[in-house]
Amino acid sequence: MADEITLEVARYRPELDSEPVMESFQVPLREHWAVLDGLTYIKDQLDGTLSFRWSCRMGICGSCGMTVNGEPQLTCATFLTDYAPGPVRVEPLRNFPVIRDLVVDIGDFMDKLPTVKPWIVRDVQSPVEQGEYLQTPEQLDEYKQFSMCINCMLCYSACPVYSLEPDFIGPAAIALAQRYNLDSRDEGASERLGVLSSPEGIWACTFVGECSAACPKGVDPAGAIQRYKLTAATQAIKGLLMPRSRR
Amino acid sequence: MSGTYQRPVALFWWLERRSYLLFVLRELSSVFVAWFVVFLLLLVNAISDGAASYERFANWSGHWWVVAINVIAMLFVLLHSVTWFALAPRAMVIKLRGTRVPPPAIVAGHYAAWLLLSAIVAWVVLR
Amino acid sequence: MTRFHDVIVIGGGGAGLRAAIAVAETNPALRVAVISKVYPMRSHTVSAEGGAAGVAAPDDSLDEHAYDTVSGSDWLCDQDAVEAFVAEAPREMLRLEHWGCPWSRQPDGHIAVRAFGGMKKMRTWFAADRTGFHLLHTLFQTALSYSDIVRYDEWYVTKLLVDDGRAYGVVAIELATGRIETITASAVIVCTGGCGRVFPFTTNANIKTGDGMALAYRAGAALKDMEFVQYHPTGLPFTGILITEAARAEGGWLLNKDGYRYLQDYDLGTPTQEPVLRNMELGPRDRLSQAFVHEVEKGRTIDTPYGPVVNLDLRHLGAKLIDAKLPFVRELCSKYQNIDPVTELVPVRPVVHYMMGGVHTDIRGATSLEGLYAAGEVACVSINGANRLGSNSLPECLVFGTRAGRAAAVFAGRYGAAVPSAVIAQGRDEERRLTQELTRHSEGHERIADIRTEMQTTMENGAGIYRDADSLVKAADRLEELRLRYEHAAIDDHSKDFNTELIALLELGFMLDVAQSIIACALRREESRGAHQRTDFPARDDERFLAHSLVRRQPDGTSQVTYLPVTITRWPPGERVYGR
Repeated sequence: MADEITLEVARYRPELDSEPVMESFQVPLREHWAVLDGLTYIKDQLDGTLSFRWSCRMGICGSCGMTVNGEPQLTCATFLTDYAPGPVRVEPLRNFPVIRDLVVDIGDFMDKLPTVKPWIVRDVQSPVEQGEYLQTPEQLDEYKQFSMCINCMLCYSACPVYSLEPDFIGPAAIALAQRYNLDSRDEGASERLGVLSSPEGIWACTFVGECSAACPKGVDPAGAIQRYKLTAATQAIKGLLMPRSRR
Repeated sequence: MSGTYQRPVALFWWLERRSYLLFVLRELSSVFVAWFVVFLLLLVNAISDGAASYERFANWSGHWWVVAINVIAMLFVLLHSVTWFALAPRAMVIKLRGTRVPPPAIVAGHYAAWLLLSAIVAWVVLR
Repeated sequence: MTRFHDVIVIGGGGAGLRAAIAVAETNPALRVAVISKVYPMRSHTVSAEGGAAGVAAPDDSLDEHAYDTVSGSDWLCDQDAVEAFVAEAPREMLRLEHWGCPWSRQPDGHIAVRAFGGMKKMRTWFAADRTGFHLLHTLFQTALSYSDIVRYDEWYVTKLLVDDGRAYGVVAIELATGRIETITASAVIVCTGGCGRVFPFTTNANIKTGDGMALAYRAGAALKDMEFVQYHPTGLPFTGILITEAARAEGGWLLNKDGYRYLQDYDLGTPTQEPVLRNMELGPRDRLSQAFVHEVEKGRTIDTPYGPVVNLDLRHLGAKLIDAKLPFVRELCSKYQNIDPVTELVPVRPVVHYMMGGVHTDIRGATSLEGLYAAGEVACVSINGANRLGSNSLPECLVFGTRAGRAAAVFAGRYGAAVPSAVIAQGRDEERRLTQELTRHSEGHERIADIRTEMQTTMENGAGIYRDADSLVKAADRLEELRLRYEHAAIDDHSKDFNTELIALLELGFMLDVAQSIIACALRREESRGAHQRTDFPARDDERFLAHSLVRRQPDGTSQVTYLPVTITRWPPGERVYGR
């Protein structure tokens, strides 16, 4: 195994640059080093001006999503040795405005998330003194997969629809809406229908499927969206045929 | 902030990744599905107008460029079917007695149905 | 520029979000701001794996949970706080359940519980082995439904504004733009988590730099029990990534290099095939970590390029159980060690994990400064005393987050929006100071990373699992040197847009304060109790030290340690017995 590997890192300093510039760094090529370890080495030892987000370094906080050799990845979960002999090209996540270097603005997602009401909606919350709402392991399995989203934004980065139509609510937000729709304790499906079946909702999705391919947690947002298309379509037809019946 | 940077979307964004190219081709394939529908309607129309009309249609269909279009269309329709069959399990979550039907079974089901329908049509046409 | 909110919560993790919701529910007329240096879903609560304890089963009782916690703490906890905690924990966790938390279930739909270290009965609720992740995301998503909660995402608090013994707000930097603002409030709740990054090998995320502890300390609040640092027995060797205690609760074994379950040599019971509560691998974390050190001394551990390790054996649990109850463990081992725990042994070693000590609070979450509250790992109530039991920290965030939120809401409601002009002036001064710091450090010559690494090594050597006066004095001297060198730390990054180097510099300053307070308390406590083990004072000394260390910053920058007696209600100090 060689001693070192080259990291080509995108730099963007708004005060200086009109667009990102690539800069090369040599970092040690160690067996257990993730790409993130290479980046922290650069920051600690070579160039303190490199800005990037990271926190847990174990693939659960969702901070460190970046584009590595053209693919959206969690940099804490991909290893330098996987790219040897290199070079490894590290760029900010696509489809988001770049604030600085490898840091992107995910404000759009943060704004869209509340619109799908990602919380338990119920007419009446029974008092906790009465104990838990019963939910069997089978009922838990219905939505469990969609609850695994770490909000890492790799799916938005991979989605060509999101790049072409920035108003698209996006894979993670819809998957989270489905997580609640399918939760046996929730009663809010009708409240979410409007937002989800709007033009910026599920119908903007053309099932490219890249979101699910990019997802590091196996959430399968594409599956969530397609399943919901079936639900929304059924609701629409029901609404047409039986306009007066309660949903 | 001084100014965020928005990477412009390339005109040929769909050439950047194999998966995007496949996606665009898949979407394009619906055009060829539409073509086959039109072709079939023309065929039915030609038959209903009598033997001479059908002769003319058959001759026209034999032109090299019509054959070429139809061959290309058939490839696209095959692509269309294969890609959509592969995606079917993602949209169809079927539960039999509590357990989820495994995705390969759903795909297999689609191919089986396709084969069956094709067999029926072939039998009708060829007998 | 100045803004005002009735209540400011610093930190958007389990405790912070729960506190914000509590404020909103206690008094919907109040506007509460959550200021976090990261987006809330990145808070370190997200990494918690094993579970959250709360009495649920009919054969369990609050008294038993309390006793396990009291004895687990080596009698250093405040028993009134523990009694309140065990009573409120189940309710809080049911509230989370009502908010959608996907707790794992029994076949009949009731909440499932599992065993955990130091607990005599099975009372740990869990969401597979990603409990903290599910808890945090449930809280975050629920908080979105409260319109009174305003969020300042990626704002870094640099100073608590205090006048005449009362807290009135903060000064914070907006990371994206570098803009510095004074944000005033009637009450402030600190929920910034622990300080594991003061040590070199930790389960903690990059963001756990003890910010809130240092902020409170500098503002004049007392810190408590800082010497009690928890080493979790099972962290992966290079990264320090946590392998949850649940792995042992489900039946995992710890083996030394001879394949021997060595814990039986350390008064932790006799090995059995199935796990027995409060026995062997289900003993308390401090005792397990200490056992490891002895194994190293005896030469019975395995040497690796990343230090000595022992093995965690999960092979006898089977793939089905591991995939059902420990899927994340399997994922982590596979990804970060290239090991499948179903068929292979997992190398592990003790790793800094949790800070029992923190900002001194009473059982309502109030600190020694008026208007300043604290909850979660940053606080020390104390319910964890000298050693925390696994699965007590998540309910701690919920119970005391709620209490602090309620208390802060009542306080803010009573005192209204008046903020003294002295506070605004302080804010201006801090804004100026920060700008000057940036300029000053541009001419520095020491690398931030070098000072940080040396601080971490100093802490590991001086205040590791075993300490003595010599190592502690050396550490104290070293930290003094590092503080002086810190003044000359260099910043390469002079920009305003997302300057993470400035943040790293400020975090390092906070960490040095926290490190200093840990050493000061450890030096003064001349006994061994729980996680604080002095080789020169190997016995527990209830006569002199059945008390909390309180450390306060003096005007000259040094720290002064005093003692506050522990509150005993129903469990007089006894012997900590495990395995018998």
